[in-house]
Amino acid sequence: MPDVEEAVTVAFREEWGQVVATLIRVTGDWDLAEECAQDAFAQALDRWRRDGVPRRPGAWLTTTARNRALDVLRREAVGAAKLREVAVLARDEPSYEPEDASGDGRGDDSGVQDDRLRLIFTCCHPALHIEARVALTLRTLAGLTTPEIARAFLVPEATMAQRLVRAKRKIRNAGIPYRVPPAHLLPERTTGVLGVIYLLFNEGYAATAGAELVRTNLCAEAIRLARVLARLMPDEPEVLGLLALLLLHDSRRHTRVDAAGDLVTLEDQDRTAWDRAEADEGTALLEAALRRGRPGPYQIQAAISACHTNAPTAEETDWADIAALYGELARFVPSAVVRLNRAVAVGMAEGTEAGLALVAELADEGDLAGYHLLPATRADLLRRSGRMDEAAEAYRRALELVENDAERRFLEKRLAECRSAWSRFVGGAKAPLRHWSR
Amino acid sequence: MKYVLFICTPADGEELSPEEIAEDPRFTSYIDEVRSRDIVKGGARLRPHTDATTVRVQGDEVLLSDGPFVESKEYVAGIDIIEVADLDEAIALASRHPAALGGGSVEVRPVWE
Repeated sequence: MPDVEEAVTVAFREEWGQVVATLIRVTGDWDLAEECAQDAFAQALDRWRRDGVPRRPGAWLTTTARNRALDVLRREAVGAAKLREVAVLARDEPSYEPEDASGDGRGDDSGVQDDRLRLIFTCCHPALHIEARVALTLRTLAGLTTPEIARAFLVPEATMAQRLVRAKRKIRNAGIPYRVPPAHLLPERTTGVLGVIYLLFNEGYAATAGAELVRTNLCAEAIRLARVLARLMPDEPEVLGLLALLLLHDSRRHTRVDAAGDLVTLEDQDRTAWDRAEADEGTALLEAALRRGRPGPYQIQAAISACHTNAPTAEETDWADIAALYGELARFVPSAVVRLNRAVAVGMAEGTEAGLALVAELADEGDLAGYHLLPATRADLLRRSGRMDEAAEAYRRALELVENDAERRFLEKRLAECRSAWSRFVGGAKAPLRHWSR
Repeated sequence: MKYVLFICTPADGEELSPEEIAEDPRFTSYIDEVRSRDIVKGGARLRPHTDATTVRVQGDEVLLSDGPFVESKEYVAGIDIIEVADLDEAIALASRHPAALGGGSVEVRPVWE
């Protein structure tokens, strides 16, 4: 019955995080929670074949996993107090019982929803190393296996397994609480969670070649997590802003590189190939977020992304708007990289000289020394103003600093273009030059 | 849970006398808070790292060296043993310690119980 396999696959994607989250709360044991969740999904395959797919797969899986946990704890003769606790929790949550067929499975899930939020916030606790936060989020919340996560982050499986073990040990031993943070910590911790999801997305977004497909899957996982978070925290405009940002970026993901794996700039991308439905959803989410009147860095970045995505042609891009948005972003994120992006937008809106002046300012401050996009930006503005010799010099400087192969190939291509433009110019001037030299 | 806070201070920072500390509002407000909440279960202020002696044993020989085992820009200037609900509470307290506010740091270490 392929339908059952399909149902289990769907349930895994939809319910894994929730089942694990509830089991962690009930047992207080992360490893046991994962084991029992896995076991419940394995059982589902058999039992659903025999009895049919339950009306509420999530409830069935949670109950099955919890019963399994009770069995294990009983066998290990864990203190009677703990057993009572688990049993009481089981009784207190009648909505989990599969035989409870009343209702449509919506509306009475608040406890479960809280569990998933608890899990998100605990996985992203700032006392954990950022790499551990990412790995733990993918494992416990998204249900990726350890080998999958290891491949996505290009580390050996044993390293990733060790990272997960250490993270769980620290949560237990250091007393990191399993909860949604109280109000006074919530804004800061929410920012931390959004940061982990955005990092996840960027890991996937940076992947270009076909061999890195496993990494591009991270974009989908990040969007899925952002959707869960947006459902759980619908009143947080920055959460909506992040989801909007990811969708808008993702709508253009496939045109970022050509078949050869080379980077394609925004102005050269085939706009008809952008995912319109994804872009529209992102734009609508952004508008809903902005209506709440509490702007933040993700909403502003989404707005910038929307300016690009919704321009019918590259020439129609509203660079003045984008420049203003980067100015706004710099207020929230006082970073030189943000100001460099603003310089690009100002260069496009007001003319290359204005952009070059801002780049020069940043170069003088020295914060971006060693960052290849500083000379690359300068080079691009010089190229646009026709100063090919200076542009070539700046591209050479950028090439000394660049690390990513796709970017290197892009800069080399640009450098070659500058050279040929320059040699056409010098070539035309060759004869008179010779005269002068005599 | 019990935690030990290692109060770390810059090696080249100012050294306040106990009397100065007793009158320094940065310290008095912190001390008042932890006293009123009865969360500090013990602790001590330590002499600077330059007064430390490091003891090692090789075979049956006791080796002493002047100073701390690890030279660094900070030294452990004191410890507090605290009892609070969880790491978030421990971090909240550590972040209000004058050392954390004044260029030093506070390391939070769970007590192995």
